[in-house]
Formats: sequence, structure tokens, C-alpha cells
Amino acid sequence: MTTMQVLFLIFAAIILGSAFKVVTTKKMIHAAFWLIVVLFGVAALYAMLNAGFMAMVQVVVYVGAIAILFIFAVMLTRKELLDKGPALNDNKSIAAVLSLLSFGGLYMLLRNWSGFMNMAPALPETDMVEELGTALVTPDMYLLPFEIASVLLLAALIGAVYVANEARSE
Amino acid sequence: MATTNLIWLLPLPPLLAFFIIVLFTNKSNKLSHIVGVSAAALSWAGAMVVFFRALGVDHFGEHPFTDSVPWLPLGDGWLEIGVRIDPLSAAVLFFVGITIFMIFLYSVGYHNFGQPKGDHDKQGLPPHGATVEDEHGHKHTVPSVEPMYARFFAFIGLFAAGMYTLVISDNLLTLFVGWEIMGLCSYLLIGFWFAKKSARNAGIKAFMTTRIGDVFMLLGLAFLYTATGSLSYEVIFSHEVLHALAETPAFWGLSAAGAIGLLLFIGAVGKSAQWPLHVWLPDAMEGPTPVSAMIHAATMVSAGVYMTIRIFPLFSAGWDGHALTPTMSIIAFIGAFTALFAATIAIAQNDVKGVLAYSTISQLGFMMAAIGIGAYVAAAFHLITHAFFKALLFLGSGSVIHGMEHGVLHTGDHSVDPQDMRNMGGLAKKMPITFWTFLIGGFALSGFPIVTAGFWSKDEIFADAWAHGHTAVFVTLALAAFLTAFYTMRQITMTFLGDAKTPEAEHASENTWTMTTPLVVLAFFALAYGWVGIPESFPIIGGLLPNWFHDFVGHTLEHPMAAPEFSWIPLLTSLTVALGGLALGWVTYRNFKAGAVDPMRKLLGPVYHFIENKYYFDEAYDVLFVKPAIWISEVFTNKMDQGVIDSILHGFGTVSFAIGKFIREKFDTPVINRFIGDGSAEVVQIFGRKLRKVQTGRIQEYMLSALGVLFIIFIALYYLVLA
Amino acid sequence: MNSIPISWYLVLSAGLFSLGLFGVLARKNAVAILLGIELMLNAVNLNLVTFWRYNNPAEMTGQVFAIIVFAVAAAEVAVGLALIISIYRNRNTVMADDIDLMKW
Repeated sequence: MTTMQVLFLIFAAIILGSAFKVVTTKKMIHAAFWLIVVLFGVAALYAMLNAGFMAMVQVVVYVGAIAILFIFAVMLTRKELLDKGPALNDNKSIAAVLSLLSFGGLYMLLRNWSGFMNMAPALPETDMVEELGTALVTPDMYLLPFEIASVLLLAALIGAVYVANEARSE
Repeated sequence: MATTNLIWLLPLPPLLAFFIIVLFTNKSNKLSHIVGVSAAALSWAGAMVVFFRALGVDHFGEHPFTDSVPWLPLGDGWLEIGVRIDPLSAAVLFFVGITIFMIFLYSVGYHNFGQPKGDHDKQGLPPHGATVEDEHGHKHTVPSVEPMYARFFAFIGLFAAGMYTLVISDNLLTLFVGWEIMGLCSYLLIGFWFAKKSARNAGIKAFMTTRIGDVFMLLGLAFLYTATGSLSYEVIFSHEVLHALAETPAFWGLSAAGAIGLLLFIGAVGKSAQWPLHVWLPDAMEGPTPVSAMIHAATMVSAGVYMTIRIFPLFSAGWDGHALTPTMSIIAFIGAFTALFAATIAIAQNDVKGVLAYSTISQLGFMMAAIGIGAYVAAAFHLITHAFFKALLFLGSGSVIHGMEHGVLHTGDHSVDPQDMRNMGGLAKKMPITFWTFLIGGFALSGFPIVTAGFWSKDEIFADAWAHGHTAVFVTLALAAFLTAFYTMRQITMTFLGDAKTPEAEHASENTWTMTTPLVVLAFFALAYGWVGIPESFPIIGGLLPNWFHDFVGHTLEHPMAAPEFSWIPLLTSLTVALGGLALGWVTYRNFKAGAVDPMRKLLGPVYHFIENKYYFDEAYDVLFVKPAIWISEVFTNKMDQGVIDSILHGFGTVSFAIGKFIREKFDTPVINRFIGDGSAEVVQIFGRKLRKVQTGRIQEYMLSALGVLFIIFIALYYLVLA
Repeated sequence: MNSIPISWYLVLSAGLFSLGLFGVLARKNAVAILLGIELMLNAVNLNLVTFWRYNNPAEMTGQVFAIIVFAVAAAEVAVGLALIISIYRNRNTVMADDIDLMKW
């Protein structure tokens, strides 16, 4: 058991345990916090996968923006400070079954894949961040999806502002 | 024009007049009567031409005008129809032409042409008068024009066509055609004022009664045709055929000739209103007077006598000149009986036309009796003279009624019957032309000696009867002649002489020239026609004029009979009964006051009551025939037709309905409507109700379902396709 | 670096994905549903980066894809939460079970 494997196992346990708490905790704020833990865990895994830029972006965007957004949303959508009532609705059994089924199915599918036990190849020598940046802005490569993603963000921005606007006369 | 062509054309003008009036001129009174009268005049002119040409032919009896055309194709050969004018039909043509023409002319005045339309006149009712205002504002009622004026001329046109057809025909078939046309027109014209129930009933009665006679006549025609193979006079009156028919026995001990003659005679009994089929003629007086004159005096009833005279060779086949054949005896009996029978009824009639109706029946009896005893020429002679003076008398009575109606309109008292003789009186001064012509006609009817035609014809009948020893017939006819003279004078006295019995009679006035001219013309013939038949052996005046009539008409027969020898007894008898009857009539009635009891009633007592009700024959026929017929038809209508057949049809309806109802209730509604129709709807509804619970509106549940289905599909896909 | 087979990462992301699925299907609060969606997105991202690393790290396609997924996830969360807030303002509830206007 190498170090990396142990690290991986630790982080995997953190992620899975926090994810479980996210979906089962009664208090919403706690759920949001547990999500932050999950996100940090995933960022760590990105780092382990030599995708340092991804890890940073994960922390900044997901944790710094999205999780904060969740916290705001939780705060803005409550009548009372305490969360009462059960966390899960009446369909929890079927949902659990289905989830297990999906997990099982995915695992079965993956297991039959020939490359299931592959190891990681060697990294190229170039600077990957620079490469990533070049890929994102080169017209031959991924400039178009990049620009369209920015348009998408614009649309989402306008949409969110419009939808949440309180002074709507309807 | 060839005579035979002219003869063919004789019925055409009145027939055309019928169609023209019906189709084109029926709205215009003037055009209609112009068409009608000119048609009658044309036919009369044609008839005169034919008659005078016939006079010019030597031995016309052996060379009659004949022509025939093949008409119906039979198995081998053709049924031919044609025209034949021999002396008998020529003489008949003479009087038919002139009387029809005169009556057409008379109708113009009778139906008040030129008068204003009535106040309340309706089609189907006699006209009732119109109120006119003169320049001073005085209102008085005048006679109004007949609303159905054009229709009248159309009908009498058709009738005239029928009569001409009958006279000119050379076979019994077309004679029968003319016979039936006249029967139809008689019905139409008797019921001319169709809104009156009495008129409608009279029309039906006339048609039905003559129909009974016509049935027998048709049987006779069928018998004749089967026995001889022809209906044409040429054939059936030929020696061989007559001989064969006389030898062949038929039913009831009669020979075939006698049986056929009897059957055909029964047709004449109906048509000429002899007893027992006499009941329709008095009721036929419901028609307008020109109708009574034409149809029921001069032409249609004469047609029966004409036919009987025509078939004389048939029923006298085998007659040796002495003992009468059975058919002849029957004819003579019925004729004589009817003559006396009708004369007795006539003396108790109060309607001016009623007296004349029974008088017609009686005179026709005379003619039938004459032909029955074999007096061929006498019968034909009396036929023609009777036509003239009876037409004259009817037209005269119409003139009287017209004048009385004028009086009724003047006084305004509509309860007074203008036809009742008890309301008349003193009209001689008010209506002179009518009076004198009526007097001439009446004297002719009574047989006033020498000057009137009736004397000569009646005397010839008496002479013949006496000369051949038919005493019973002679006595009966003599009695009938006495009564004839009596009731005629009674009629004249009550109507014209003395003082007016009612104010209406006071205000009667003479009529227009269209009505008085025919009276004068016919009066002339009623006087003069007799002089063409004066027997040669008559004392003093016999032999001055040739007995043209006897020679002419007598030669129609193959073996013309000699004129009877003169004997004083028939002459004296006829003088006595004629003058005696006239005198007695005048004496009895000259002091008859308004409202008085009829002297006859006092004299005859209960018998008078019997006579007055026409021996209750109408009532008897009603009980014996009419009521059972109505009962049978009611049974057939109500019980059979409505009861049985209609109930079968209703049954069909009910059964269909029941079947439909059954199918509807047991199958259609429960199975198709409820089970299939409503049922499937129910099922869909139930499913819908249950299935809609799926739509909870909750997204998570939708996602669950979607995911579940997806997994199922994946698993299925994996195991079925990929693995 | 070389000692972890790809299967570990893949199983981990499958498990994370299933948990996220469970959260989406079973949570009452609408915001919690979005949390579940986030988990699923993260699992997907993890998967993407894993495959980038283990198939051909010279190709930048994997990372670019993951970045785009980031952007999309962010946009979606923003709009989703705006919607939830709007709903909360109108209906005064964020329980997914109560938002059932499309109910039969």
C-alpha cells in the first residue's frame, strides 16, 4: 500500500462520508457545510491527479462561489431558523434502491471494461497549465466552447437576476 | 263536300266547342256562348244539308248514306265502325239538329247573359240576384248571371257531340259510346248546381239507375256479338243473321233474337225512364231548365226510343204480323203500363217541371207501346213530334220560372217557390209569347185535333193498336191520353189563366229574344210537323198531302209495313179523350184560388195521397236496394277494409315497432350502448382516475419513475442485446 | 502516482454519483435537491479528469471539458437557486412536495 493509495483512501472516505451527510442531514446549513467538505475533498483528488489548475478552480469557483451561494439560498429560504421535520421524503426506499441499482449497474459496466485496471501513464514534460490556457484560446482548439460558455454564463446571469427579481408585477 | 264526310263531321263542332271552352274560353262568358252556339248552329246546318240530300235520293231506304273505316284490329280482320244515315236516322237528325240549336240559344238568355254578377253568388249554386242602383239612388234586385256560365256551355257541347255520335253511327258499339257520353253529361248537368245536396243526389240517382239499364244493354251487345260476330246494322239486320238468331233458342223460352232484343230494351228502359227504372227522371228536374229540355225531353230519353226502334228487326224477328213475339209483348206492356202509371202521378204534381217530367215518362211509354205492337212508323212519328213539343214545353216552363224569379227578386220574398204552380196564375197577360207557345205545346201534347202535330202521331198509334187488335194496349193508352190532356190543361190553367195568386206572379215579365225565339221556332214545328204524316186514308183531308213520313221512314225497314186501315173508333176515341181531358182540366181548375185545396185531393181522397207520393216507389227502392247497397259498402269499408286490411297494415307497423323496441331494449341499449359504449368509456375513466394519481406534480417522483423505467430498459437492453 | 488503478477513481465517482442521485430523489428541501445535483456534477467532473489523466494527459480535451462543466454547473446553480428563491417568495415554501401545481 503506497502513500498515494493511503491518501486516496482517506480522501475517498472523507468524500463519501461527507456526501452521505449532505444527503441525509436534517439541517440545511449543515448540508451546505458538508458539501464544502466534499468539494475540498474532490479538489484534493484533482491535485492527486496532477490537475493542479482544476483543483484551484474547484476551490475558487465551487467552494468560493457556489457553496456560498448555497448558503445564501439556505438563509433566504427559511421561515424559521430551525429545520423541522424529516430530511427525506416518502420515496426514500425506492430512491435508495435505485441509487444502489445505479451504482451496481455502473460498477458492473465498468468492470467489464478492459481498461479497468489500467495504471496512469507518464505525464508530458510541458507545462500543463500553459497548455490548458493555449487550448482554451486557440481558435483551432477550444476557443468556441470557451466563448459559448461565457455566453451561457451571461444568459444565466441575466436569467437569475430576472427570475429572482422581487419587483415583478405578476 | 261528300255527304258521308259531312256526316262524319257532324259531331265534331260541339266536341271542339267542349274542348275550346274548357281549355281556353272558360273565363269569358261571351266567348263561351259564341263558341257553343256557333258549334250547335254548324252541326245543325250540316244536319240540314244531309237531311235535304237524303230527301233527294230515290228509295233512300235501299241506298242509305254509309261509310265505314277499320278501327280495331281483331284476330282475323278488323272491327269496323262507320256512319249510316238511312231514313230513320235522317228524320231523327232533323229534329236533333234543330232542337239542340234552339236549346243552346235559349241557354244564353236563361243563364242571364249580360246581367251583373250576383251579390252572394257562389259557383255551384243557382244565381240569386244582384242589387243595382239607378240614377235616383233606388236599389232593386235584378237577376244575376250564372256564375258557371261557360261550364254549362262546355257540358251541353259535349252532350250534343254524344247525341250526334249516337244518331249517325252504323253500329251498336258507337251508338253505345254516344249513349254513355250522354249519360255522363246527364250526370254532370243534373248536378250542375253542385253545391245543392239535392242536385248532387239527383245526379247520382240518374247515373245509377241508367247504369242498371246499361249493364243489361252491354250484356245484350255481348250476346249479339258472340252470336253474330258483328255489331254493325248492315250485318245484324240482314236476312240470314236475323233468321239464324230467330231460330236459335236462348233463355226463358225466348229465341236469341228475342233475348238480345229484350236485353237491349232494358237499356232503353233505363235511359228512357220507363217503369221500373223511371225514378231518376223527376229528380233530374234539379238541373237547369235547358238541361231538362234537351236531355230529358228531346234528345237523351229519345235515344232510348230511337235505339228500340232501330233494333225493331231484331226483336220482331219471327213476327208474322199477328201474334206478338214475347219480347214485343213485354215491350208493349211496359210501355203501356208506364204511360198510364206516369200520367196518374202527373195529375198530382205541383211543380211546373215535375208535371212535364212525368208527362215525358208517360209519352215515352206511348212510343214504347207503339213499337212493341209493331207500329214502327207511328213510334218514330211520335218520337219526333214529342221531341218538338216537349222541348217547347220545357223551355216554356223555364221561361215561366224565369219570369216568376223576376217577380221574387222584385218583392224580395224568397220563401215563395217560383216553380210551384200554386203560386202562379195570370201569366198569360204578363208573358204573352210564352203563353201562346206553351199553349200550342200543351195542345200538341194533349193531341188537339188537326192543327197540332201531337194529334197526328198519337192518332196513328191508336189506329195501329186498334187495327191490329191490341185492345188492352189501346184502352190503356186511351186512358193515359185522357189523363195527359187533363193534367196539361190543369197546368196551363193554374199557370197562365185566371188571376195571379201571389204578388210574385203579378210582377213576372216576358223574357229576352234569346229565350222567346226558340219557343216560337219549336212551336212552329209542334204545329206543322204533324202535317207531313197525315194518313192517306183519313177522311176529308187524307190524301191532300202525301204521307211523306210513312213513305220515307217506313222504307227504312226491308219490308215496310202498310199504313193501318182507317177506322172511326180510334179517331173518335182520341178526339174524345183529348178534348174531354182539356175541357175537364179547364173547368176543374179555372177557379183555383191561392191557398185552396186541390180539387183532385177532394175527389180522390186517400188515393190522391198515394199518387202525390209517386206510389212510394222511391221509398221502396230506397229500402230494397239503396240501403242494402250502403250497408254492404259500409261492411266492406269498415269491417273489411278498415277492420281487416288496415289492421293487417297496422299490425305490420306494430310488429315492426315491437321488433325494433325489443332490439333496442334488449340488445342495442344494454350491449352496444351500455356495455360497449358506456363500458369502454367507464373503463377509460377508471383507468384515468387511477392513472392520474401518477401525476403528483412532484418532480422527484417523476424522476423516480423515469429512472426506474430507464434502468429497466438498460437492463433489458444489456441482457438481450449486449450480452 | 502510478500505483492507483483507474478503477478506484471510477468506483469512487460512481459512488459519489449514486449518493448525489439519492439526494436528488429523496430529499424534501428543494435546495437539498440542488446539493445532490452538485454532488453528481462533481462526480462527473472527477470522472472526466480521471480519464484525462489515465488515457492521454498530453491532450487537453479532458480538462477543457471539465472546465466547461464547471461553468455550466455554476450557471445552473445560479439559475436554480434564483428559481427556488422566487418560488419561496411566491409560495412561502421550499419543500419540493408542496410545489405540485402540475398535480392532476
